[in-house]
Amino acid sequence: MPEQTIESFSIKRLEILSETGDADAALMPPLSEEQIKELHELLFVTRTFDGRALNLQREGRLGTYAPVLGQEASQVGSAYAFEKTDWLFPSFREMAVFMTIGYPMNMIFQYWSGDERGLKIPDDLNIFPISIPVGTHILHAVGAAMAMKYKGDKKAAGVYFGDGGTSEGDFHEGMNFAGTFKAPVVFICQNNHWAISVPRERQTAARSLAQKAVAYGFEGIQVDGNDVFAVYKATRDAVDKAKRGEGPTLIECVTYRMADHTTADDASRYRTKEVSEAWKPKDPIVRLKLFMEKKGIWTEAYQKELEEKSKARVDEWVKMEESVEKPSPKDMFMFTYEKPTPRQLKEMGDF
Amino acid sequence: MPKMNMVQAINLALKEEMKRDNNVVVLGEDVGRDGGVFRVTEGLLDLYGSERVMDTPLAESGIVGTAIGMAAYGLKPVAEIQFMGFIYPAVDQIFNHAARIRSRCRGRYTVPLVIRTPYGVGIKSPEHHSESSEAHFCHMPGIKVVVPATPYTAKGLLISAIRDPDTVVFLESARLYRMIKEDVPEGEYTVPLGQARIVQEGRQVTVIAWGSMLHRALQAVSTVDAEVIDLMTLLPFDEETVYKSVKKTGRVVIVQEAPKTGGFGAEISASIAEDAMLYLKGPIKRVTGYDVVLPLPKLEDYYMPTVNRISKAIEEVLKY
Repeated sequence: MPEQTIESFSIKRLEILSETGDADAALMPPLSEEQIKELHELLFVTRTFDGRALNLQREGRLGTYAPVLGQEASQVGSAYAFEKTDWLFPSFREMAVFMTIGYPMNMIFQYWSGDERGLKIPDDLNIFPISIPVGTHILHAVGAAMAMKYKGDKKAAGVYFGDGGTSEGDFHEGMNFAGTFKAPVVFICQNNHWAISVPRERQTAARSLAQKAVAYGFEGIQVDGNDVFAVYKATRDAVDKAKRGEGPTLIECVTYRMADHTTADDASRYRTKEVSEAWKPKDPIVRLKLFMEKKGIWTEAYQKELEEKSKARVDEWVKMEESVEKPSPKDMFMFTYEKPTPRQLKEMGDF
Repeated sequence: MPKMNMVQAINLALKEEMKRDNNVVVLGEDVGRDGGVFRVTEGLLDLYGSERVMDTPLAESGIVGTAIGMAAYGLKPVAEIQFMGFIYPAVDQIFNHAARIRSRCRGRYTVPLVIRTPYGVGIKSPEHHSESSEAHFCHMPGIKVVVPATPYTAKGLLISAIRDPDTVVFLESARLYRMIKEDVPEGEYTVPLGQARIVQEGRQVTVIAWGSMLHRALQAVSTVDAEVIDLMTLLPFDEETVYKSVKKTGRVVIVQEAPKTGGFGAEISASIAEDAMLYLKGPIKRVTGYDVVLPLPKLEDYYMPTVNRISKAIEEVLKY
């Protein structure tokens, strides 16, 4: 009997917007001028927020913070593709996701200042709280998607994680459950090339992260993660597919963590400036600006107004955050269980 | 009233709760077509279909992690971990998420999840199938830990656990599954979580046990005027019932199947020392499994607390 090839695969990569600001018209998703401006504004205001967070941390006004610099398009483009009734499951660097869905960003400052109340998700938003143990929340998104399917709700779940997250067992268990149960979930991997100090090559010998989906029986696609149109299109297609009952998709957004892992990290210990500098021309905001300029929807005046508006919004969020009263010590007992236990009630007597 | 063993009682609780509430779903390894390796979920697949009775891939963290997502979305999942010795890959999910999501988002999302798993020595099984690791779970605020000792209470406690708004780790003694039968009513009744049960009243000594050890404790007190407490819920445990009994008898013996060091008996013992010390006539005694790696079946009978060891401990405290 001759040997046979029982499986072979190929992985697509999607790029729409070039570094020079030219878009592939055939692939361009149907976005209005207003929507494109909205995407640009979301990218820009996130960067303003991010920069302010770093400053506040240095001044001792914020705790440890995980900057999003460089990854804004991966987050804005994907989150923008979901509907309000869909459920999102962020990791800990998804400030642009929170921004895109309209989360009160003063509360995100509040969270990073060390106050749980910042993650009291408003009732009209369907986003899970920030999850820190890497990759573990992937299973929650899959479970929620399985529940959506069971209940017959036409919704999808989206989950965010990084290249490091794909090494965790829960990533594989989540992908495996999602494939097996054909769950309406979109896995959004931001391959930012670094898990603190460990480069992407040390996470896997596979040529792409997208191809990991193949082993679980569904489609994986790689996109230019600094191209907001490509990320949006890939996510939108995946969300639509999930809602048609055609199962999960893994999207690898190839991007770059331009800043340190967190404010507690010093990236100069493990990577050279030159490597990071090489990513500067690929900046997601610069190339969208060039595109908009060519279309005549970006002007100096527009930019000036955007900068002022963004600064004013961030100022307001900081002001709101810093005017919040400290939580009562009793607050730490109130959400362990639905009702405090008799022992907790006794302990609360200390305050 | 039908007489049932623990397997039948738990099975009935699942059937009735699934009938009452479409949000109750069951998931785990072999829980569907096979009805579970102990047949606890037998018949559920035929009654409720594979959408609600899910045979999952063989992955404990995956089972609990997806169940957390289901619970947060509004379902009431009952996840089965096939043996307690295999629960450890899921501990990350239980400790870091099931126990904390309510707190993390200040109550916006909750995890009304039940994790059932058989525990304990006595079914002549290979390594890892006989663990009693309840104490690990009792050290994690945010979850509840329940250990039934009889078919009647098992049914009522499981119904309470399914309806509870927080995550409950529900430990079923594999040795008890078919050991005893008693009257178990059909239809709805609950046994509340967080409350202990006085199995027999007495004046000379308080004997505290849970799960499989309750029955050995009862045998050991046949000639003594002992008050026997079936703790039922370990986290949070019923301090009031325990202290009240201790104040009456002044003597305490705690029986647990798990190893002694750091076991839940230590928590009860320390709590009594803090809150009811002055009522004690003598030292608190713990009768426990030994501080060893659980032996394979040839030695397991030597590992587990025997009626004789419990009797001796009672005799000792009665000297005071």
